[in-house]
Amino acid sequence: MAVLTPTAGRGATDPPGPGPDTTPRPARRIGFTQRLGRWDVKLSPYLYISPFFVLFALTGLFPLLYTAYVSVHQWNLLGGQGEFVGLQNYADVLAQPTFWKALTNTFSIFVLSSVPQVLVAIALAALLDQNLRAATFWRMGVLVPYVVMPVAVSMIFGRLFADQYGFINELLGVVGMDPVAWHGDRFASHVAIATMVNFRWTGYNTLIFLAAMQAVPRELYEAAVIDGAGRVRQFFSVTVPQIRATIIFIVITATIGGLQIFDEVRLFDQQGLGGADRQWMTVVLYLYDVAWGNQKNFGRGAAVAWILFLIIVVIGLVNFLITRRISTSDPRSGARPRRGA
Amino acid sequence: MSSVAVTAQTAGSGAARAAARRRAAGKGPRGSHGYGAARRPGWVTYTVLAATVLISLFPLYFTLVLGSSTPQEIAQRAIPQWLPDASLFDRFAEIVTSDNVNFVKALTNSVIVSVTVAFAVVLFSTLAGYSFAKLRFRGRGPLLVFVIATMAVPTQLGIIPMYILMSEIGWIGKLQAVIVPALVSAFGVFWMTQYLSEALPYELIEAARVDGASMIRTFWHVALPAARPAAAMLALFTFVQQWTNFFWPSIVLNQDNPTLPLVVRMLQANYFVDYSLVMSGVFLVTLPLLVIFAILGRQLVAGIMQGAVKG
Repeated sequence: MAVLTPTAGRGATDPPGPGPDTTPRPARRIGFTQRLGRWDVKLSPYLYISPFFVLFALTGLFPLLYTAYVSVHQWNLLGGQGEFVGLQNYADVLAQPTFWKALTNTFSIFVLSSVPQVLVAIALAALLDQNLRAATFWRMGVLVPYVVMPVAVSMIFGRLFADQYGFINELLGVVGMDPVAWHGDRFASHVAIATMVNFRWTGYNTLIFLAAMQAVPRELYEAAVIDGAGRVRQFFSVTVPQIRATIIFIVITATIGGLQIFDEVRLFDQQGLGGADRQWMTVVLYLYDVAWGNQKNFGRGAAVAWILFLIIVVIGLVNFLITRRISTSDPRSGARPRRGA
Repeated sequence: MSSVAVTAQTAGSGAARAAARRRAAGKGPRGSHGYGAARRPGWVTYTVLAATVLISLFPLYFTLVLGSSTPQEIAQRAIPQWLPDASLFDRFAEIVTSDNVNFVKALTNSVIVSVTVAFAVVLFSTLAGYSFAKLRFRGRGPLLVFVIATMAVPTQLGIIPMYILMSEIGWIGKLQAVIVPALVSAFGVFWMTQYLSEALPYELIEAARVDGASMIRTFWHVALPAARPAAAMLALFTFVQQWTNFFWPSIVLNQDNPTLPLVVRMLQANYFVDYSLVMSGVFLVTLPLLVIFAILGRQLVAGIMQGAVKG
């Protein structure tokens, strides 16, 4: 029983050491089975976790590290490895205006998708966190977009946001507004792409917020009601502070995902390279274009991947520090029994 | 979640299913006296929710309407007609039999990839999760921290070496190239660790060991059955994730051996003048997951909500 962490209130009848059924067997046999049993106990835990670690090392960790190696060499999709060039690939990438354009686009799309998404998801979750009729129906209803694949979403919204005879422009026409060049204009295309991301993920995040809201102790609301707080006041003074850990979690996940947008932009038009002016090209699409598109330059592509990796890590850390600061400077946090993210 | 698993072991799986259903419906012991209990939500709430659901369904409706119209009509009006009609099925037939998009092959490939990956992720995650949650061994803490840390690492940025590796071993264009890198998931290991540490009592493991079961027998007959609810949800999520995955398959697979998301791109490339056909195809590609969602959507909702509380 050496492997087992002892639990409180463990039955007193538990026999210590090997089971009593082994005693009548011959002595040598006991020795052998016991030794075998001990190896079984010692090695099994490692054996069970090894598939994950071996496969992760091969398909996750190694490629990520090897990206750094590729990025300091001349390396071509067709020609293979060339000579060592130091940081030349990084310098080349940073000198390309398209890279900076792609980076700006990525941040613009990211902000346009994450901020409204979190706000709408929290509002919807607050609506769902009531004594609704057919609660499961509404929950499933908001989750439908999650099972539509991003490439399909992109095709559909590409048409809805068509520059001519598109549904959205028709709607704008009804309320007397001029049609928008959803593909031609830089900012408008970012709005269209962010809408696709929001469409697919808002419902998913709503359910996560809903779960967090249901975990809020109901006594807090009762206390707030006694103190005379209205519904809106309850929402801002009880619900939002209580689900802060979840908000942080969603923001961090949205950051990691939002900086790697690819599917939606790849299918937003026929060419899939971010528009005539690269007005909606994202960094991952740029990486794709450098490595598999016209340049077929793996060295530079790897440099782009590493730069993006560092950006994501830095933003993740900044995110973490800011949110920690917010949660520690908040006077209510001291009374909160739950741990932060 | 833990109480559902306990119910499964004490009162049988039928009772556990009922308990899980109650919880999924939000009528659990906690939800029943929720802060909305005093006030029934009014029509404003229902109107906003109904609008949200309509917006969620609108793009799918849009594909059906465009699929029922001719390209000429689509070029002239945003919504050519209000209701889909039977001509939709001609388009479906055209897509399924078209040589350009390889639909049947893509569907088969998607099923193979998604099922294999879901199965492997569940098996490996349950093994590792059981080990982390219930067995004691040197290095357990740091290794678990490592697993959790990898969840935040964008591993898909390693695609270039991955591609080099795949072309070295001659897997470009083959399904293994998509399956093998997806076989393990840090999230899966974390998820199963969390679940088993609550749902599997030490007493059950001890009982099996006392009865002389080997470690692997204990895993198979005690841990695996206890892990079943969480394993089903993990399988569902992994399946959806693989089914919708586009980035890596679009790089490593080609038109002769595609998965369904690649079909969407092929539709776009081959039929860009015929939006009617493209949208019919987009709907066809979406349909399998919609069917699964209609059957298992409740579980998907429950899975997301339970994952939120734990994560």
